[in-house]
Amino acid sequence: TGNWRSLHSTDFEVHRNWLAITHSLPISQWYYEATSEWTLDYPPFFAWFEYILSHVAKYFDQEMLNVHNVNYSSSRTLLFQRFSVIFTDALFVYAVHECCKCIGGKEVGKELTEKPKFILSVLLLWNFGLLIVDHIHFQYNGFLFGLMLLSIARLFQKRHMEGAFLFAVLLHFKHIYLYVAPAYGVYLLYQYQGLWSQTNLSSVLPPISCVALGRLLHLSTSGELIVNMWYLSDKNNTKYLFTLIGLKLKFLDPNKIPKASMTSGLVQQFQHTVLPSVTPLATLICTLIAILPSIFCLWFKPQGPRGFLRCLILCALSSFMFGWHVHEKAILLAILPMSLLSVGKAGDASVFLILTTTGHYSLFPLLFTAPELPIKILLMLLFTIYSISSLKTLFRWSFTLVTQAGVQWCDLHSLQLLPTGFKQFSSLSFSSSGITGTPSPLLVNFVFLVETGFSMLVRLVLNSQPQVI
Amino acid sequence: MEKWYLMTIVVLIGLTVRWTVSLNSYSGAGKPPMFGDYEAQRHWQEITFNLPVKQWYFNSSDNNLQYWGLDYPPLTAYHSLLCAYVAKFINPDWIALHTSRGYESQAHKLFMRSTVLIADLLIYIPAVVLYCCCLKEISTKKKIANALCILLYPGLILIDYGHFQYNSVSLGFALWGVLGVSCDWDLLGSLAFCLAINYKQMELYHSLPFFCFLLGKCFKKGLKGKGFVLLVKLACTVVASFILCWLPFFTEREQTLQVLRRLFPVDRGLFEDKVANIWCSFSVLLKIKDILPRHIQLIMSFCVTFLSLLPACIKLTLQPSSKGFKFTLVSCALSFFLFSFQVHEKSILLVSLPVCLVLSDIPFMSTWFLLVSTFSMLPLLLKDELLMPSVATTMAFFIACVTSFSIFEKTSEEELQLKSFSISVRKYLPCFTFLSRIIQYLFLISVITMVLLTLMTVTLDPPQKLPDLFSLLVCFVSCLNFLFFLVYFNIIIMWDSKNGRNQKKIS
Repeated sequence: TGNWRSLHSTDFEVHRNWLAITHSLPISQWYYEATSEWTLDYPPFFAWFEYILSHVAKYFDQEMLNVHNVNYSSSRTLLFQRFSVIFTDALFVYAVHECCKCIGGKEVGKELTEKPKFILSVLLLWNFGLLIVDHIHFQYNGFLFGLMLLSIARLFQKRHMEGAFLFAVLLHFKHIYLYVAPAYGVYLLYQYQGLWSQTNLSSVLPPISCVALGRLLHLSTSGELIVNMWYLSDKNNTKYLFTLIGLKLKFLDPNKIPKASMTSGLVQQFQHTVLPSVTPLATLICTLIAILPSIFCLWFKPQGPRGFLRCLILCALSSFMFGWHVHEKAILLAILPMSLLSVGKAGDASVFLILTTTGHYSLFPLLFTAPELPIKILLMLLFTIYSISSLKTLFRWSFTLVTQAGVQWCDLHSLQLLPTGFKQFSSLSFSSSGITGTPSPLLVNFVFLVETGFSMLVRLVLNSQPQVI
Repeated sequence: MEKWYLMTIVVLIGLTVRWTVSLNSYSGAGKPPMFGDYEAQRHWQEITFNLPVKQWYFNSSDNNLQYWGLDYPPLTAYHSLLCAYVAKFINPDWIALHTSRGYESQAHKLFMRSTVLIADLLIYIPAVVLYCCCLKEISTKKKIANALCILLYPGLILIDYGHFQYNSVSLGFALWGVLGVSCDWDLLGSLAFCLAINYKQMELYHSLPFFCFLLGKCFKKGLKGKGFVLLVKLACTVVASFILCWLPFFTEREQTLQVLRRLFPVDRGLFEDKVANIWCSFSVLLKIKDILPRHIQLIMSFCVTFLSLLPACIKLTLQPSSKGFKFTLVSCALSFFLFSFQVHEKSILLVSLPVCLVLSDIPFMSTWFLLVSTFSMLPLLLKDELLMPSVATTMAFFIACVTSFSIFEKTSEEELQLKSFSISVRKYLPCFTFLSRIIQYLFLISVITMVLLTLMTVTLDPPQKLPDLFSLLVCFVSCLNFLFFLVYFNIIIMWDSKNGRNQKKIS
């Protein structure tokens, strides 16, 4: 709440505008209203959510609910908006509570702060990305992620119908969760094949879609709606595809590059000068290719809910890397579920640390004003130091095993040896840290992180043996 | 290894809370012509940079003492000069003579807030961390929890990062002094404390316990041998540090006198504004300011102050101990705050610092005191539009204390260090067994009153005949609480040694 006076982003105006639209206009006009440039582009459930909020908002400041008050902001408006985020985070807290209940994990120490449940709850509730995106930049991700984590928790507790229902509801709040829909689809299909008819499960999604789109469907053609919501043609390319292949541009002579055509405003359209322009279809194909291995594994080598979670994370990451019109905030879609896995196994913990540190760092450009610079650095440091130290403490035994292993590298997950090609690499790294006595813990940890990350990548490529659940 | 991770996390949490509070408004924001403490600090940078040293404390056409004249000792002036050099490097408009009056901008606010953060990081926070690490007979986790609670103390954060002051510098130096003296590095400790006094003259509130403790140490070592040597060394250190700080002002007698006149404005009166002082609360019933002449007021406050702190100081001189030293710091500072001349409400921070130091000994009472001290500054915080941060930081601090120390389980007589006192009382009144329950009820009443008053001050408008009603009520309630704490801390000091002596006899 100390941040309530901090500079807010355009998202603040976006949500104020949606409050105004849903409060003052009839439903038939919600998706057509275009006084402000920030038109409603989330699915109907979110619009209903804004509608409910607007009824509380009118007690704070009536002026914010006027559609024509573009860029209106008063201290009361700010207060209301910030508190609405904090209030709706209650669902996120409940979801974290449910997740902690169903994630087991070894109990190393008797102290509360060393238990996996405590560490998991801190990693989720104090997630740096969620904090700055929701409470500084301004969005409602808290309660949306709450829904997602709740549905995951229900799947872990084998309450599949509830999980499916919650995910269907979530899809109608924010369509970005389509990134992970394949994981859900395949997992639930697998669970229900043979036991129930598939129509039973698919009966969950249509009713919800009908409820969500119902009133809108009968008022106008749904085709236009979908175009409005799912902005196919006008928007920009994914920045990350750009960076993957954009290194080549560094070597070009700047004088020879013609100016890229750009439309004004924040959303920009880029025409590539060297590389072919990327179409949405191409990104879709890339994404599908990327998620294929994990979907394949989920269907043919099922490993229960944990396998589903891994597949979900990989779907989120693949869509993030190759998808069309991806926001940098979408990395949270991969980071938050990964936290659930991180307290289970040491290998997952090390991958989580790499993912979360780089993912959070990639969110830095979101807060670009000078007063917020110390906050984002401090919070980032806080989260990174806590996650590294707590996970290190949790898996203390596995680190000591590594230091004592010496030349032979023991696979911590299934106690199998890696292919022989990697033995040399491991022995080199250990000998570099000193032959006699225990190597310095920091160096060992760093080496361990790098090697585990590398081994995970190799495993993915070689499609090796399934892990013990 | 774990300890350093956790301590780093605690420091980072402290820094995050501080910077987040600093995003809020500061004293006198957008309120010409006088503005507030923020403008005062900026003005001092302007004065110290543009004028020669001889003119800093004198009234002249360039330096109008009525508009935020320098009224802190030379070290504050040097610190302002240092900040001014940095300001010149970034944007000379901020400190241009005359034309920069009332300068306000986002960039300037960022600069000023950064100076506070850097000063805090260099002086106060390392002192707190080192102090907590040096605590004895406490587990690592408790040390870290202690550091967290001290760093989260809302009063200091709100005044330094909200209202805008540099209290963390003087309190930090004082803490280094306490650390040095407790760990038997007497010379370094006294040097640090002299620096503290030369930064803000209010640190004189702490000077008597330092003096008595060091004197007691000298007596213990024997005045004819090592003790005398130590005494001489300490005297030399003190004199040397004062000379070093005041060097430019010792050249002429008039300079020194003028600085002293600015530091101790005896012309200003018994109290200014609303402060949780005895005199201010008394004036509700009886207008002392009008009845007694100025010099009698001065003598009266002087006498009452010294009478109230004499027992503790004598005890400290005769039986110097680290624990007694800390408690005497509390009681002396509290006596000065309650009875002294020209006390500001921010001076409660001088009492809060020693109370933070005894947080691990008596967590329940310390937490209670620190909550009341923050509450006593409520009118000031409301004037600066700091309601939201103060509520948030107070709740965070309270939750941190409750979870770290489980304070509600430590309300027995022994935990409150009142065992020997109640035993003595029970010799005369055998039925006096419910002391801890009384204290718990008092705590409940106190907290409920504070919450109610806060709500009333925020939501209601005072009646037209009594425009200062709520501020006065806040001062009155805080004053009653402080009187209770004065009695409590004095009891602990006086009865503690008896307990020690009895135990020695038994063993």
